[in-house]
Amino acid sequence: MRLKQSVHIARRSLMGNKMRSLLTMLGVIIGVGAVITMISIGRGAKADISERIKSLGSNVLSIRPGSQQFGMRRFGRGSMRTLKSEDAEMLDEKAEYLSFVAPTVQSNAQVKYGNKNNNVEIIGTTPEYQRVQNSYVEKGSFFTESDVLYKEKVCVVGKTVVKDIFEETDPIGKQLRINNIAFRVVGVMQEKGSMGPWDQDNRIFIPLSTAQKRLFGTDYIREISVEVTGKDDIEAAKAEIEKLMRRQHKLPASKESDFNVGDQAEFLKTLEETGKSFTYLLAGIAAVSLIVGGIGIMNIMLVSVTERTREIGTRKAVGAKRRDILRQFLVESLVLSLIGGLFGIFMGIGGARLISRLAGWKTDVSFDAILLAFLFAACVGIFFGIYPARKAARLNPIEALRYE
Amino acid sequence: MIVMENVQKIYRMGEVDVAAVRDVSLQVDKGEFISIMGPSGSGKSTLMNIIGCLDVPTSGTYELDNIVVGRLNDNQLAEIRNKKIGFVFQTFNLLPREEALHNVELPMVYSDVPDKERKRIARQMLEAVGLADRAKHRPAEMSGGERQRVAIARALVNSPSILLADEPTGNLDSRTGEEIMEIFQKLNTDGITVVLVTHERYIASYSRRIVHLKDGLVEGDEEV
Repeated sequence: MRLKQSVHIARRSLMGNKMRSLLTMLGVIIGVGAVITMISIGRGAKADISERIKSLGSNVLSIRPGSQQFGMRRFGRGSMRTLKSEDAEMLDEKAEYLSFVAPTVQSNAQVKYGNKNNNVEIIGTTPEYQRVQNSYVEKGSFFTESDVLYKEKVCVVGKTVVKDIFEETDPIGKQLRINNIAFRVVGVMQEKGSMGPWDQDNRIFIPLSTAQKRLFGTDYIREISVEVTGKDDIEAAKAEIEKLMRRQHKLPASKESDFNVGDQAEFLKTLEETGKSFTYLLAGIAAVSLIVGGIGIMNIMLVSVTERTREIGTRKAVGAKRRDILRQFLVESLVLSLIGGLFGIFMGIGGARLISRLAGWKTDVSFDAILLAFLFAACVGIFFGIYPARKAARLNPIEALRYE
Repeated sequence: MIVMENVQKIYRMGEVDVAAVRDVSLQVDKGEFISIMGPSGSGKSTLMNIIGCLDVPTSGTYELDNIVVGRLNDNQLAEIRNKKIGFVFQTFNLLPREEALHNVELPMVYSDVPDKERKRIARQMLEAVGLADRAKHRPAEMSGGERQRVAIARALVNSPSILLADEPTGNLDSRTGEEIMEIFQKLNTDGITVVLVTHERYIASYSRRIVHLKDGLVEGDEEV
């Protein structure tokens, strides 16, 4: 028997049970769609991070707390509590290879204005942050050194905050409340866009000292970003920071440093790796739904084989060989999974677009992902179709003809 | 054409062996119209399955057109059924979703007759059984007699050596049954070998030879 005949028979059978075929396909449609959408989200996030790495000044270093050690015990928990404002001041003062030093503390807080309220990332820092992060005020002005000195309650807001809390009205001069403390808005930051699921505009910047003393009640610092005087000085700058910081922290030579120095690209690369694992995880979960879809196909094919026992008997009586019957049912499950896969591709692309629009995440629909999902669907169709098809092919024609 | 010698068929039913056909020797020549008669349990269905190459004997030999059927595997049996046997069943066994024409085409689908040729032969056969105008109808849209005529057309498309009919009138009223039997008679007159399995004397009387089967043995063999 020719393939054309098998396809014809499969079409007849599937069209004869439209609703059933559609529901069976739905499993594959959702599976393929989910795989494509998930991979697109993951790839989008990764592409975004990669872009950020490229746009970063390569002469920016970042100092983060390391782990503390007392005797033989390592304190993971205390690892966030080794950097202080004085470290940043000291570096600013003494380091020769550093042109700008920006310490930051950061935490999420509830922000209120009028009857609007939202959870926003609060960053406490110094004016040098702008230079180091290559991110400037667009409207109004950044807070000043003296604001930091006097713990002024002023803030600079990101674009998302303007949109969500001020509903696109001019926020400058207005008072908003962060954890119930009133802050005056003095400026609006340039738009930074989102990095994968992280919205970099849902941020409020306040003076470092204000954040430490008035808001978070801490002396410690999350990160010190520094700009090195020149690209060629990076290694020298790292060594210098290491030396100065160890002296500042009074660490004997026998002890490990309680801080890490790295360039931002390194941190982002870690993030990129995380993003990659994230993509695999998402795609894996989506693939599970595709396998469940395959089980749906198997289920329906088994029902179909039972229902059509007489038909199989008839076909065998007039000369169908085992492989003819096998092929007939295999083609049928393959057609189900391939058509499902085809619709799934459209659903996946649509899903990725929808998520881009609704969540504002960048997505990247790749040909690879589509091909992968489609081939996977085909494999699912064959894998889960083979058992029912074999069952059909092995039916004894005499019993099949007699089956009621 | 059909030569059976000491054919025996034993089925295993749980712990005991049951001999459905105990010892049958039978010869049917080309162009004969023979009925196999017997009460239920006489082994006529089993014998028919063996003649139709749906089953092989446990012992003894069955030769169809000089081919020893007992030695063939599943695929070879399928091929013989396709080329040499035309089945007509009591319950018609048409594909319910396919129209008459496609049902008639079915055996040719499995012998790889090209599309156009297949359609042409199928149409010709439908015409021969007087159903040219029913080609596009599905089985559910046809009467029992019409369905059985479609089945006969299907049995004939690959020009088989034997037309094998198992109670072909069992599901038909007596007038339609007569019409169907007349078709068999006419086909036989045209030279086709017909083997009929029935338990009705009246139906068997259309044939020219009757073999009586009882308890798996041939009890009588008479010319009509």
